[in-house]
Amino acid sequence: MKTYVKFGIVMVGIIGTLVWLAASGINESKTYYKTVSELRTDSSQIGKRVRVTGDVVPGSIRREGTLVHFRIVEKEHNLFLNVTYTGKDPLPDTFRDNAQAMADGQLTAQGTFHASSIAAKCPSKYEADPNKHPSEVPLNGAKPAAI
Amino acid sequence: METLGALAILVAFCLAIYSVVASVVGALTRRPYLTVSGQRAVYGIFALLTVASGILVYALMTSDFRFAYVAARSNKAMPAVYKFAAWWGGQEGSLLLWSWLLSLYSAIVLATNRRKFRDMMPWVTAILMFTQVFFLTLNTFIEPPFQMLAVGRGITAVQDGQGLNPLLQYWTMAIHPPTLYLGYVGFVVPFAFAMASLITKQPGDAWIATTRRWSLITWGFQSMGILLGAGWAYAVLGWGGYWGWDPVENASLLPWLTATAFLHSVLMQEKKGMMKVWNMVLVSSTFFLCIFGTFLTRSGIVSSVHAFAQSSLGGWFLGFLGIIITLTVILILRRLDYLRSETHLESVLSRESSFLFNNLILLASTFAVLWGTMFPVLTEWALDEKITVGAPFFNKVNVPIGLFLLLLTGVGPLIAWRRSSWESLKRAFYWPAIMFAVAVAVSLAMGSRHFYASMSFGLCAFVTTTIMMEFFKGSRAIAGKSDMNLLRAAIELTHRNTRRYGGYMVHMGVVIMFIGFSGAAFNKDTTREVVVGDRFTMGGYEFHVDKITDGDNPNYTWQRAEVGVYKDGKFLQELKPERRVYLVSEQPTSEVSIRRRLNEDVYLNFAGMSQTEENKAIIQAYIFPLVTWIWLGFAVLMFGTMVCLIPSKAKFSYPRTELVGVYAEEKSLAK
Repeated sequence: MKTYVKFGIVMVGIIGTLVWLAASGINESKTYYKTVSELRTDSSQIGKRVRVTGDVVPGSIRREGTLVHFRIVEKEHNLFLNVTYTGKDPLPDTFRDNAQAMADGQLTAQGTFHASSIAAKCPSKYEADPNKHPSEVPLNGAKPAAI
Repeated sequence: METLGALAILVAFCLAIYSVVASVVGALTRRPYLTVSGQRAVYGIFALLTVASGILVYALMTSDFRFAYVAARSNKAMPAVYKFAAWWGGQEGSLLLWSWLLSLYSAIVLATNRRKFRDMMPWVTAILMFTQVFFLTLNTFIEPPFQMLAVGRGITAVQDGQGLNPLLQYWTMAIHPPTLYLGYVGFVVPFAFAMASLITKQPGDAWIATTRRWSLITWGFQSMGILLGAGWAYAVLGWGGYWGWDPVENASLLPWLTATAFLHSVLMQEKKGMMKVWNMVLVSSTFFLCIFGTFLTRSGIVSSVHAFAQSSLGGWFLGFLGIIITLTVILILRRLDYLRSETHLESVLSRESSFLFNNLILLASTFAVLWGTMFPVLTEWALDEKITVGAPFFNKVNVPIGLFLLLLTGVGPLIAWRRSSWESLKRAFYWPAIMFAVAVAVSLAMGSRHFYASMSFGLCAFVTTTIMMEFFKGSRAIAGKSDMNLLRAAIELTHRNTRRYGGYMVHMGVVIMFIGFSGAAFNKDTTREVVVGDRFTMGGYEFHVDKITDGDNPNYTWQRAEVGVYKDGKFLQELKPERRVYLVSEQPTSEVSIRRRLNEDVYLNFAGMSQTEENKAIIQAYIFPLVTWIWLGFAVLMFGTMVCLIPSKAKFSYPRTELVGVYAEEKSLAK
């Protein structure tokens, strides 16, 4: 029985350390999902790590040195947000006009969003809407009706 | 033809249901003709699904754009290999691949085992075919691959298809998804045998002996799939390097972690009759996680940079998971008596306990990865606010876990079964400990100020020493007895116990991979706008942006930066990062250019021409130290896995009576 007690102590030690590491890891990197409208109305969001999603406004992507500026739009409310990408990783190829972009970063007091990383999905051409049956999704925008 | 394909799937679906019913009823009522007919149905399903897949592939290869699937995933300009790979380029096709692989595996299992376990096989068939029914349900009703394009009442073809997503047009696309699937699907077999042995109360560990190879082969495929994916993500921009803790990557890692734990703890059951319940839990969780991984990547429940498919499949997968988890839990609980351990743990300092720690820590890692991946879903559900955690969380937990595992890799083989004394440990670990200290000292002297990286180098030296010592000790003994040189003796040694020494080779591969991972602590990067003809420096290299060229082919147009790489004034290589715009999809992609060397990779990306100033190219340059070691280590790991699969030389082929030896010696003395 003594062996099991010893073993238990070591296990508790290991698991405890891991839980502690996990908790501090969560605190360091937790990011809240916010919408453009939430960021625009709630000034308490300034400086927090947040993730915001919106469609890239066509023609708004502008490179300036190593910075990349662009605007995203929340279509429902027609709200815009200026984003400056300051991260080091190259931007994904899918990031372009009309793409759905997901920016991680912070809102500055001036109202510009400083993104440290950007993920982007192609404009809906490649992705079926999850709520629609595949056969209902238009193909090339002009799929003839099924029989 | 399309009707034939759809019909084949539908008939296969009916046959699979029949097979489940016939096997179960046949086993319960002891009617052999029923169970045999259930097994025959499996071959039928395989034949039917081969026909269905063949038709889909034929349509893809011949660009038959009447098929909605072909029109959406292929086009005329694509090279043939990608036309073929479009089979798994979309939801419907890849689910068909799942079903086909499952039917292939099932057919092989039955063909090789039908005579061995007459009482167990009907249940194995039933479990395999139950899974098959689930996937065929998806193929038949939810994501049918044979949908046609039609106008009014007539089927028509579009002029040209949309083509495979350009990001997927990379050579790994041809092999990464199928290998990963082979690994995912394969674990259904050990699971089926485990459950069948529980149902029929098999004496002993027959299921482990039969499924040992299966587990190892599928584990090999899983490893290969994961590593190919990593290699791909490394070369594709914006996928966060070879490992970005993206949900899709995590989904493939989860079953691999539990499978690794299973491969280790199964040894405990074979050698010691311990951890029987635990092994049941591990083999089932691995299978569940395989299904769960498929669910994660198919349902779009968490967002990912690789999100290639979104669908309404989620509910189906959850339902299926719910059913199999419930059945498994009930079954294990009802058979607890039969799974009782034969021996007990005697000491914390023993090989048994090193296996336990190995399992504990792998499971902790699985849990952490799962938790982190599902965090947005969990928080949305519990706190009504979606919160996500990023790479720092995963690294913070998994880097120490990885290092601890590395330590165990070194400790395990040298520590005795049952119990070990401190004295014997001191003897065994004298040299490894010294090599550890030397490696840490060297890495500090070379300027590493990174705690984890230095520890990792130290542990790599530690484990390498223990593995070398094991090989050396064994080979020296053989070489002494049988007049061989040390190298031949080492081969002989490996051949005598392929699982043990092949396992060491796998460990060695892991060590080499860890060296590669540690290199990430020293990455460097820069982004420059350079006038064409000008140069810039980074990390000891000088980059001359010589010229920009462009051109096109039927599939895409390209623009290329030609950059000369120099070091200390000496020309090394011309790198040509490229930007492409695919004509059909109008999507741009970046083809990075990499100079791969053992010490470090130079990685260049051409981000395009500057929009504000004329004749300036935006070049992103990266230096990734030691990355090549990851791919090398992986090759060693695969080699070791294959060695494990070679049967050991049978023990009885060696004469084992000492008396004969004495006689021979006397005779030779007399001469």
